[in-house]
Amino acid sequence: MLHLGTPVEIQRPRGVPLTKKQFYVENKPFTCLDGSRTISFDRVNDDYCDCKDGSDEPGTAACPNGSFHCTNAGYRPMFIPSSRINDGICDCCDTTDEYNSGAKCENTCKELGRKEREVLQKMAEITKEGFLLKQHLIEEAKKGQQEKQSKVTDMQGNKKQLDEKVEVLRTVKETAEQPEKEAKERHLKAWEEQKAAIRLEKDKAKMAEAFLELDDNADGFVSVSELQSHAELDADADGTLTETEAQGLMGGAEQVDTSTFESVWPNIKDKYHSEVMETPPDEVKEPVVDNDSEPYPEDDISEEEDEEDEDDYHEDDDKVSCGCVQAPPTIKTPEKNHEDEEAMPSYDADTQALIDAAQKARDDFEEAEKALREMDDQIRNIEKELSFDFGPDAEFTYLYSQCYELTTGEYIYRLCPFNRVSQKPKYGGSETNLGTWGSWSGPENNKYLLMKYDHGTGCWQGPNRSTTVKLTCGKETVVTSTSEPSRCEYLIEFTTPAVCQEPANTDLSPHDHEEL
Amino acid sequence: MQTSHCHTPLNNYRMGLLSVFCVCLFFSSAFAVDRGNFKTCDQSSFCKRQRALKPGQSPYRALLETLELSDSRLTLQLINDNNKVHLLLELYRLQGNMTRVKINELKPLKPRFEVPDVLIAEPPTEPLSVLSKDDNGIVLSLGAESQRLIVSARPFRLDIMEGPEVLLSLNSRGLLAFEHLHLRKDTQAQPDGAEVKESVDGDQQQDEVEKDEDGEGDKEQDGLWEETFKSHTDTKPNGPTSISLDFSLPGVEHVYGIPEHADDLKLKTTDGGDPYRLYNLDVFQYELYNPMALYGSIPVMLAHNTQRTMGIFWLNAAETWVDISSNTAGKTVFGKMLDFVQGSSEKPQTDIRWISESGIIDVFIMLGPKPSDVFSQYASLTGTQSFPPLASLGYHQCRWNYNDQEDVKSVDQGFDQHDIPYDFIWLDIEHADGKRYFTWDPHKFSQPKEMLQGLMDKRRKMVAIVDPHIKVDSGYKIHSEITSKDFYVKNKDGRNYEGWCWPGNSGYPDFTIPEMRAWWASMFAYDQYEGSMENLFTWNDMNEPSVFNGPEVTMHKDALHGKWEHREIHNIYGLYVQMATAEGQIQRSGGVERPFVLTRAFFAGSQRFGAVWTGDNAAEWGHLKISIPMCLSLGLVGVSFCGADIGGFFKNPSTELLVRWYQTGAYQPFFRAHAHLDTTRREPWLFGPENTALIREVIRQRYALLPYWYQLFFQAYRTGMPVMRPLWVDYPKDTVTFTIDDEFLIGSDLLVHPITEEGSRGVTAYLPGAGEVWYDVHTFQKHNGAQNLYIPVTLSSIPVFQRGGSIIPRKDRVRRSSACMENDPYTLYVALSPKKFARGKLYIDDGHSFNYDTKKEFIHRSLTFANNALTSSNLCPDCNFLTSSWIEKVLILGASKPSKVVLKMDGKETPVDFEFDSSMSVLTLRKPGMNAGDDWTLLLQ
Repeated sequence: MLHLGTPVEIQRPRGVPLTKKQFYVENKPFTCLDGSRTISFDRVNDDYCDCKDGSDEPGTAACPNGSFHCTNAGYRPMFIPSSRINDGICDCCDTTDEYNSGAKCENTCKELGRKEREVLQKMAEITKEGFLLKQHLIEEAKKGQQEKQSKVTDMQGNKKQLDEKVEVLRTVKETAEQPEKEAKERHLKAWEEQKAAIRLEKDKAKMAEAFLELDDNADGFVSVSELQSHAELDADADGTLTETEAQGLMGGAEQVDTSTFESVWPNIKDKYHSEVMETPPDEVKEPVVDNDSEPYPEDDISEEEDEEDEDDYHEDDDKVSCGCVQAPPTIKTPEKNHEDEEAMPSYDADTQALIDAAQKARDDFEEAEKALREMDDQIRNIEKELSFDFGPDAEFTYLYSQCYELTTGEYIYRLCPFNRVSQKPKYGGSETNLGTWGSWSGPENNKYLLMKYDHGTGCWQGPNRSTTVKLTCGKETVVTSTSEPSRCEYLIEFTTPAVCQEPANTDLSPHDHEEL
Repeated sequence: MQTSHCHTPLNNYRMGLLSVFCVCLFFSSAFAVDRGNFKTCDQSSFCKRQRALKPGQSPYRALLETLELSDSRLTLQLINDNNKVHLLLELYRLQGNMTRVKINELKPLKPRFEVPDVLIAEPPTEPLSVLSKDDNGIVLSLGAESQRLIVSARPFRLDIMEGPEVLLSLNSRGLLAFEHLHLRKDTQAQPDGAEVKESVDGDQQQDEVEKDEDGEGDKEQDGLWEETFKSHTDTKPNGPTSISLDFSLPGVEHVYGIPEHADDLKLKTTDGGDPYRLYNLDVFQYELYNPMALYGSIPVMLAHNTQRTMGIFWLNAAETWVDISSNTAGKTVFGKMLDFVQGSSEKPQTDIRWISESGIIDVFIMLGPKPSDVFSQYASLTGTQSFPPLASLGYHQCRWNYNDQEDVKSVDQGFDQHDIPYDFIWLDIEHADGKRYFTWDPHKFSQPKEMLQGLMDKRRKMVAIVDPHIKVDSGYKIHSEITSKDFYVKNKDGRNYEGWCWPGNSGYPDFTIPEMRAWWASMFAYDQYEGSMENLFTWNDMNEPSVFNGPEVTMHKDALHGKWEHREIHNIYGLYVQMATAEGQIQRSGGVERPFVLTRAFFAGSQRFGAVWTGDNAAEWGHLKISIPMCLSLGLVGVSFCGADIGGFFKNPSTELLVRWYQTGAYQPFFRAHAHLDTTRREPWLFGPENTALIREVIRQRYALLPYWYQLFFQAYRTGMPVMRPLWVDYPKDTVTFTIDDEFLIGSDLLVHPITEEGSRGVTAYLPGAGEVWYDVHTFQKHNGAQNLYIPVTLSSIPVFQRGGSIIPRKDRVRRSSACMENDPYTLYVALSPKKFARGKLYIDDGHSFNYDTKKEFIHRSLTFANNALTSSNLCPDCNFLTSSWIEKVLILGASKPSKVVLKMDGKETPVDFEFDSSMSVLTLRKPGMNAGDDWTLLLQ
């Protein structure tokens, strides 16, 4: 219709579309289009509603359910509700709806038509190019899919081998570990015995020392009264060591010599304080040191930290707290425990050889196991990717593991298709999850027009945040706008070639029409 | 908004200022008021003191020898025999069957506050004459009727009688109590020892206790000179100043009014609970069915029985509590019958007691006797409902918040796409730049005029919020001007009072200063309020005033308005805000255009300035139900333009609740949907096509009835008759109607029984009026009056009935806004009474200007159907207004089939086509076509 030369004046009642002209025959009774009644023709468009369906008043506002047709030559014809006839607002671009309201309307149809054609043309171009891009995407996706499929197959084959390898290495490892364990136990036992002997020696020395100390009058005997001077030995904790209590400790004897003292010593040694007041070894010192048994190499770590500190120093000025400065990682010579002056002696050569062998077996095994795990992960990832619904032709595949950002006045929005949507304040602040991938949620005829992301960060007194992504055809893959139409429900507009439809050869363009 | 403001002041405040811990607390107490934030009577020291007084013999005595009688004023001194303090009693006989009783201290230490700006003028008086006088008292004649006023001397009491009947007694229970101003004892010696007691002077029963305490001075008695609630201390430099008076109403079992409370229409007795409280407060998530104070206060109570309706107007703006007791309250219907049968019945009686923190006793007793008389009496004192622009009776679409101009545009388009009419779209607090009212957010609303022009092109309008708290920000013009003009409320130390509200730290303009109000009004001028246009109107929220970090979320009572403490003026602050805003809107058009201003806080007289809504309700069925008694109570005391947030402000309504709420709201005066920031969107088309259709249908019903609503508002403006009213107003002798508050009348002619129950399949509506008939407005089916009618309902049902005997004009061509319907024709719905009679009115003017008032530019017609003739006659012959509207159709319900219908006009007769539906007895006259302003008669022959 757009390319008709001069508009032909078609006589029909006001507001009637051409397609219904035949029902309105001048001077013949009019039957309501729903057939409910027949009225004389002068009651058509007489500004009184006679037909229940509103069909007798196509050109007036009389019927509540009527509709008015504007031809809008140069643009698109349309229907408007009868209630918009003569309401003072220009609805039809050809001004025909305001014939009696005093509203000053201008005919804008030509202008609108031109603009619309421009828009449609542009859209058509975009669609065309977008559709081409889409074909590529589909090809690539198919290729990629096949590759991945075969990769998975390959990997599953490899995995089998790896499985076997792991089992072999496990046996090797277990075989090597048994003699290692036994040798280590032997070594430990020998050392335990040695330690016990040393401890006994020490105790004896301590006892002799105590005897000498206690024997104030140096008569070779420790008497009850001499013992009483050590109030810390008080059994009932009343602060004094009575004579009876002291005698009790001495096994009923008045005094004991060195050899009898051997039987007294066990009674008192736990409580006994030397008068020389040597510092009890356990209570003082070593507040800093962590135990020396940690296997990781401390040196490496502290070096790394030192380096990092230096590198980051200027950037992180504020963050370096004085605590770090005051506790430099230099204290790393652990004070040995006094009691166990001697560390366990190193393994003998045979034992060490067994240990080394077992360690190697362990390392080999772990390495193989790790490789297996990694392969499992890879397989799983590919299988997960393959399980997504990337559209009827897998045209959305290329969006997978990509992210697209849009910066607005306040926020940076980030859409990672099939994964999540997030929002981050432009000027610092933490990221908010606006939803994780839920499902395609477009209309039944094309569910691939909308994506739904839900279960985002909860809103105060509200729902969890969620986002709907509206996909439109475009040459580029871009987030074009974001909004929050309802509290905590976001809308992202997103263009992608993947939704471009095959350009239909419709009558949009007059040229096409002529060609046909 | 907000505030909710309309919003959630507390939660936001907590969110903003306090910790996550508080948020957790909030979750646990979600959707129930935090009662601990608000005082009980026991926590309000004057209420506690006053309520400790029990009825008994009054210590007050009238000194008859001091009587002075001028033409219209009688004065008499009263003495409290306990403390020898003299009071001055003034009595006035007011025109229109009212009596005014004023009691003040004879010689107060300093003047006590008397509330200005509520009365529209000094009420005209009528002569009083003394009929007799002796040692026991005086008998005065109250005008021409057989009414007398008896002043008894010892103890003092007043009785108003008509014939042998006592209509009302004052101080008959001896609860007149006046805490006279005095100096503080523990700091100030009282050499003459004149002070006998510190507490309520009327308390003879507690005399002994009082005396014991005397020696210890004021300091020992709680809350006399200082009072602490939660963390807030009220310094009370004037000490105790409270007042109280009791009223007895023999023969009365039903009292109404004293809004605002979320309670039944019929007031309950308060024995054993707290009194009804009147203290304007921003109550977060208010609870239903209790006497707690809400956003507004109108200290007017109506008393009704089958013989008479009376009113008591207690003109006091300080915190006020009202106790109600009744000698029949506890009795069951059976018990009452037993009393009757046995003849042992004492006469039913209701006793009222008013207690205010400060000020004087100034009471207007409105003696009716008809309900309409009380309405016009009260209107003669405080004025009538302002006549709103027609568009404001249409549908209002609000939300906290429409995000930006784009959002406004798309919502506007949504209405057109779904063919739903609306007139106003609203912007809540987020529209302003950092909550600096009178400004626009530079990003979201950068081109306000473009937005407003877009709406104007659709013949629609906008409301933007302007709250009274002003952001303390030296770069903000409003703040700096108020500061430089020294217009802020002061704290007790004389510095500008500051409190926390939406913008953060805020000042509160002193609206009690006339110059401040004039300045505020001038800020609405188009060249001052940037971005404003003639289709931008205003919403005043948070004007209790709401102060998030103040005591009970409001202003400290010891803040200062000039020489008066906030304590004195608290309840009238909100009225002043709306008054100044409405004045600003009038002035910006040079006095030509009517204003539209919505307020949340209100006081007696607020009806003169615009509309009121019931604040921050919730999306619950109970809140839908309570909207009816809340608006009915307001209507009884002058405020006709009332509505509740449709859908409920807090929480998300179910679809069914939303639809039912639209159906109810469409038949209430102020018709606005509103929602909290945290709710999901709920524009009418978001709930599926079926529900969109249901909502569209009911909004259309509203628009079709706009001529009727408009005419009723004109009537309310002229006479003070409420627009939405309880059944008893029109059926005052039908006791069944006295407690009905689940249905109501719009004017006299439409009865509405909204569905307010979830899953309802049917309701029982009471149709009043023995011998009358009612027509279902949807089916035209006729029902007899004086019956309970069971109506099966579906989701589309809205039980509405037109009274037989009435004529309602409608505009059935509903368009996208009321302005678009201006020139549309009318359809007259003539509902015949059993005697084949009907009457109605039609009012037409330009819909928006004051020309109806200043130039008499309106059409006011009487429509009468009698003797088979429908006649339109002019009620205002000297008015002039031309309309292009005409009469397109006349429906006569309950008619019989004529053989011929003739239009008589200008001496000519023309036949008119008609159809008759015999199944419903509906006669439809087709296109008679006369101009709506003409004289004409339609004859059925």
